[in-house]
Amino acid sequence: MNKQPSPDLGTLTRLIQELNRLPGIGLKSAQRIAYFLLRAPEEQTKLLAEAIVSVKRETKLCSVCFNVTEGDPCYICQSDRRDRTKVCIVEQPQDIVAMEHTGIYYGLYHVLHGAIAPAEGVSANDIRIMELLNRLRNNPVDEVILATNTNLEGEHTALYLKKVIMPLGIRITRLARGLPFGSELEYADDVTLTRAIEGRQEL
Amino acid sequence: MSRMRNYQTEAVIIKKVKLGEADRILTFYTPQLGKIQGIARGVRRPKSKLAGHLELFTYSTVSFARGRNLDTVTGSQTIDSFFSLKNDLELTSCAFYIIELINQFTADNIENYRLFQLLLETMRQVSRGKNIGVVLRFFELHLLDLVGYRPRFDCCIACKQNLEPKTNYFSPSAGGVICSCCASTQPALRYISANAIKVSKWLLESNLEMAERLRIDDELCKEMEQIMRVYLSYLLERELRSTSWMDTLNSKP
Repeated sequence: MNKQPSPDLGTLTRLIQELNRLPGIGLKSAQRIAYFLLRAPEEQTKLLAEAIVSVKRETKLCSVCFNVTEGDPCYICQSDRRDRTKVCIVEQPQDIVAMEHTGIYYGLYHVLHGAIAPAEGVSANDIRIMELLNRLRNNPVDEVILATNTNLEGEHTALYLKKVIMPLGIRITRLARGLPFGSELEYADDVTLTRAIEGRQEL
Repeated sequence: MSRMRNYQTEAVIIKKVKLGEADRILTFYTPQLGKIQGIARGVRRPKSKLAGHLELFTYSTVSFARGRNLDTVTGSQTIDSFFSLKNDLELTSCAFYIIELINQFTADNIENYRLFQLLLETMRQVSRGKNIGVVLRFFELHLLDLVGYRPRFDCCIACKQNLEPKTNYFSPSAGGVICSCCASTQPALRYISANAIKVSKWLLESNLEMAERLRIDDELCKEMEQIMRVYLSYLLERELRSTSWMDTLNSKP
């Protein structure tokens, strides 16, 4: 068991324990952060505590696309400068951040909050697919872009989405898959290379 | 057996669990080492060279370095990625079912070479996409046989008499067919048709190549599937997770 602060420092111990629960923060990092906060000015610790409390209090899920937002609908869904003929389907809100960072996509989004994973008991009902279908029926679009991850669960989800969206007669596309930028051909696995060959384009 | 610092084995990846920020704990089914686990470090990063070779269902040659608790995966080369299987909704759901059964019915580190062969051949047959129902029924029966739970279809398991073409039942607790005379002595019976008994018995005696050519009607296949499900959940004392997803896919028009 790691060295604990003395038994009459219950508050510090509790802080270390809470920090330890955060992803990627081990006991040593938690201790380091705790002692830093101990020495920091009260103003700084107050700001941190308030930021944590308000992020839970002020944020919600957009009722249209299920992105994390403070206003409902989110800034993307309510913006009239977006291309409302396209919806890009992603697994997590962080994926929207990545897509927006490219600066070349101006359509709308839909966040599934997961992927179909039968091994973990996650089926289509456990993620936001029903809401997606309702949304597409009520607000028809020209194109649905499947941007789920290219791992097994993401591909499986994409195949299922294609199956359930096809009856709506909307054009369905999948993000190009293949070799990541900066990779070497000899290390590429079969699946990646197969997709890269199948999806080859004119230079 | 010498404890070499590094070792290599063929393996099918049958389970993956996230660990920390970029790692995974993978479960492998191997020909000589049975079910083993290893840590694949950094495999969730986009630049990972190993990620594609360590995806679920992939058949690879995997290298390990011995660790204090878990061994670490140091390399992996795909032998068969079962690409056509992974590209198909129904076939992937079957593969989830197959590996769930392997995961649930095997304990760590127990060699079962014939079970590995069964797993591999079944994966290959499933990826061909033909006669999936019969292939899965074959897999269930032979898996049960190889892990010690072979169900009996040749005679009444209670009185050992030959089975008549009258009303017969399958008893999960007894692990076989019960004739109508003995039925009152057993709990929780399921009706089983004469054809289901005949086909199950035949499948247990045959090999996968022959089984794949057997055509049975959907109703019979469904009956056998239901009986097997009851038996499998009885043995495992839990419901399987992958079956509800298979049902969902089959029910959609």
